[in-house]
Amino acid sequence: MAKKPVKKEDPKTTGHSWDGIEEFNNPLPRWWLWTLYLTIIWGIAYVIAYPAWPLINGATPGLLGYSSRIEVKNDIEAANAALEGLNTRIVEADLTAIESDEELLNYAKRGGAAIFFTNCAQCHGEGGAGADGFPNLNDDDWLWGGSIEDIHLTISHGIRDETDYDGRVGDMLAFGDDQMLEPEQIDILAAYVPSLSGAEVDPAIAEEGQALFLDNCAACHTDDGSGDVFVGSADLADHIWLYGDGDEETIRQTITHGRKGLMPSWTGKLTEAQIRMVAVYVHTLGAE
Amino acid sequence: MGILNKHGIIERNGTLLMVLSLLVVTIGGLVEIVPLFYLQNTIEDVEGMRPYTPLELAGRDIYIREGCYVCHSQMIRPIRDEVERYGHYSLAAESQYDHPFQWGSKRTGPDLARVGGRYSDAWHVAHLTDPRAVVPVSIMPTYQWMKEVPLQPDMISDVVATNAFVGTPYTQDMLDNAAADVMTQLDPDSADVDGFLARYPDANVRNFDGLEGATEMDALIAYLQVLGTMVDFSTFEPEENR
Repeated sequence: MAKKPVKKEDPKTTGHSWDGIEEFNNPLPRWWLWTLYLTIIWGIAYVIAYPAWPLINGATPGLLGYSSRIEVKNDIEAANAALEGLNTRIVEADLTAIESDEELLNYAKRGGAAIFFTNCAQCHGEGGAGADGFPNLNDDDWLWGGSIEDIHLTISHGIRDETDYDGRVGDMLAFGDDQMLEPEQIDILAAYVPSLSGAEVDPAIAEEGQALFLDNCAACHTDDGSGDVFVGSADLADHIWLYGDGDEETIRQTITHGRKGLMPSWTGKLTEAQIRMVAVYVHTLGAE
Repeated sequence: MGILNKHGIIERNGTLLMVLSLLVVTIGGLVEIVPLFYLQNTIEDVEGMRPYTPLELAGRDIYIREGCYVCHSQMIRPIRDEVERYGHYSLAAESQYDHPFQWGSKRTGPDLARVGGRYSDAWHVAHLTDPRAVVPVSIMPTYQWMKEVPLQPDMISDVVATNAFVGTPYTQDMLDNAAADVMTQLDPDSADVDGFLARYPDANVRNFDGLEGATEMDALIAYLQVLGTMVDFSTFEPEENR
């Protein structure tokens, strides 16, 4: 390829000279210059259209009246408006009737799942399987009742959450720490409790344990240990354990120190429609 | 062109160039920063905000020491997705007693601006002890040793005084009781609970980690449980022009 002819014309210099080094004064490239002018025009338009200059009492508001708060409010209102029909229906519906309405059930299950993953899965696990100390929601064992009304109340007001007076209350007492039982008695009870769910224990311990159980535990856990949803006492006869896996050591700790598992109240954190959706979702996981 | 041809003087005089550059940067800074201190629409007065209790402040220091802010932000942006996930967007006033603020810039873990009251203390203990025990997919480090490190109320007292020095409105009463308040907040049966709650309205008073003594675990959970809970958003009406 032939070389382009070298320009003969001598470019002008700025007239500056540093130690004999001179500076060309070539014109700026056109595209660059026009981009610069455009950004200046854009900048002026932006200052007019959007909040910009701080003055004495406030910033200039801009012709468009933009505010990030108004924008998010409008976004949320638009989203709520789109769902208003379903949300109104689910809030006004009888709790027990939601699941027989196919459209509402579908809405509640899908929306409820999203709410569950965001807010509930941390304790109860992504599939609702729980963890040590945090109840499994897939089984048929419900401390505070597994009907849709019970689940709805539990989510709305929580369990032992002192910020919500409508919440569920009921403590497993600290029989050891509060000196209601002697350590030896607790040992016997810890050995006896597994027998409620069919484990074999020494007949002597069983007899003594049963007497202690009826005196101290049966008021809440009932005589056969099957628990009572009105006080949230655990069913001790069903092989399902919230703390540990039915081993004597964990049971001994439970009796000694008590248990006060807390579920937060969700009123105010979630809307009523959201609470109902997640209640239906949990109810369909495993319920009565 | 007169004055416009005089730039050669500045360009040939290094010290003058530096002084004038500083002057320009200063003017720019003043114009951008000063209005934030007097403009009413940048200073939002919000009901419910109170200085952190000494225990919460100790927890905040642990939060900073452990670099929690590297993975967790405390800034819910005014975007619908964030508001639906985390709750009401963060207000500037909610960081007014944070020196320095913990807005963060990266979410490897979730935003914590409103984590207070969302999970039980027992969950926080279990989670900080071994995150995988409750959230199998978590990549958060374990902090189980915090259960064994005792707090030093005298040092916390100094931290409160330092925060008062940089502008947090701790009263003399609060400063005098700072060390004692660390222990008071951990025990609902202690003698001065009423005085404590008068100093710090609506503070949580309980044994946060369920263990004896005042530990770093207590402090951190006390801090986490108060995050984002001071302003009552059922009554708060945000002004739109902000």
